[in-house]
Amino acid sequence: MELVLIQILNGLQYGLLIFLAASGLTLVFGILGIINLSHGSFYMLGAYLSLTLTSWFGDIFLALAAGIPIAFAFGAAIEWLFIRHLYNRDHLQQVLLTFGLILVFNELQRILWGTQPHSVPIPAYLSASIQLSDTLSYPVYRLAVGAICILLALAMMLVIQKTRIGQMIRAGESNREMVEALGIDTRILFRFVFAAGVALAAAAGIVAAPIESVYPGIGERVLIISFVVVVIGGIGSIKGALVGALLIGLADAFGKVFLPQLASVVVYALMAAVLVTRPAGLFGRA
Amino acid sequence: MNAAATAEDTAAPVLQADAVNAYYGQSHILRNVSIRVMPHEAVSLMGRNGMGKTTLLRTLMGLLRPRSGAIRLRGADMTGERASAVARAGIAFVPEDRGVFPNLTVEENLTFAARPGRDARADWTLERVYGLFPRLAERRSNWGNQLSGGEQKMLAIGRALMTNPEIILLDEATEGLAPKVRDEIWATLRLITEAGIASIVVDKNLDDLFELAHRHMVIVKGEIVFDGPTAALRADEALIHRHLGV
Repeated sequence: MELVLIQILNGLQYGLLIFLAASGLTLVFGILGIINLSHGSFYMLGAYLSLTLTSWFGDIFLALAAGIPIAFAFGAAIEWLFIRHLYNRDHLQQVLLTFGLILVFNELQRILWGTQPHSVPIPAYLSASIQLSDTLSYPVYRLAVGAICILLALAMMLVIQKTRIGQMIRAGESNREMVEALGIDTRILFRFVFAAGVALAAAAGIVAAPIESVYPGIGERVLIISFVVVVIGGIGSIKGALVGALLIGLADAFGKVFLPQLASVVVYALMAAVLVTRPAGLFGRA
Repeated sequence: MNAAATAEDTAAPVLQADAVNAYYGQSHILRNVSIRVMPHEAVSLMGRNGMGKTTLLRTLMGLLRPRSGAIRLRGADMTGERASAVARAGIAFVPEDRGVFPNLTVEENLTFAARPGRDARADWTLERVYGLFPRLAERRSNWGNQLSGGEQKMLAIGRALMTNPEIILLDEATEGLAPKVRDEIWATLRLITEAGIASIVVDKNLDDLFELAHRHMVIVKGEIVFDGPTAALRADEALIHRHLGV
């Protein structure tokens, strides 16, 4: 029973993390129409920002507070330099350019931080574990990560549902041209959406760094799982990304424990099952 | 005529296009189109399908960049500007498909792009638009895709008004709507004209256009072949028969 509880907690916490990473991917795909293969690199950016900023400030939460605006500015710059040239081009060109960006980001990572894996310290005040039973305990930091992810997800949903910029984002999802014809400069809107997606992925990378350590190639794993989430949830759907990410998180956690030989294929089997029954994803518009 | 109109207001056109040529890919759609719309004036744009009516409206709106020619709004050069800049300068667009955002509520559709117009004038408020279209007020919390075609058209017109424009471009104002709803739309367009907003209105119903607008343009294969008052168009039965299919 405790094992099940632990796996639920692990699954939810992992699911929330990949939700943050995948939400930017699905927004950029759904609104900007861009297949961004380099999205995982922004998670990696977050992980390495976590490493550097935590060593500067001595606390992961200060690193998070500083890292989010840095990642947002970085995302805006990348959109301006590269992504905006892709809006009217086909998917092949998008894939080529953003794949090229992965190579560039990975090389920059090697130059700046080297190839050694690093660990990021958990702050002392969160290093304890909660005793779940006589034999099982659960680290407080993991619970804190879950809480941060929930807060960020709620903040994002609040922005999308309740603010004018959120309304513009939703409108852009269904009819970009009409948004433009109503006087909203979609260049700026798209830059904001892209940068926000980068900031969310980086935020996931920052808070995850103490749990999973920081190493080269960390972004690629996240990229692939994020695409799985987008496919399961439906392109452009934030709600879908949340449900998809939690499903993936739980499938992954339980798969590792109960089907260890098949653990690596469980999430893809889930994706295949969703594609067969609902080709547009759980919340996608066919 | 709006009492607030000044002499300067009425002397110069609010919207003017000079020798505009526009293409879709290799196809030459608009050929040396020159038009002008005076302040507070409703002008109709007629022509059979595929003659370039929508392309002209899209070009005026900045959604299609003309290859040559000039477009001016109150004398300011708008040629080649982005649609968002054109919209902010005072042109509003109601497309044939209405462009209602399905995943926004009626009220969100109306307010998210609302802004004051020229001289910070904000004549059109949510209350005034709801006054004009009480059905939208009843359905303010509904999603855009829960509306009937007529309600969507009303919403698109209301949304255009909320940007406090100088001129509204209306594509297929009443196409596909029930007769009762059509009457409602025409009555609203007359009210909008009385309120001093200029317009270019595309529709197939000549009688209603004659009632709304005093000047009419007929476009054939991308060229304006007629531009004149109602009486002159009515008198030209051959033109009406040949190019408007009546």
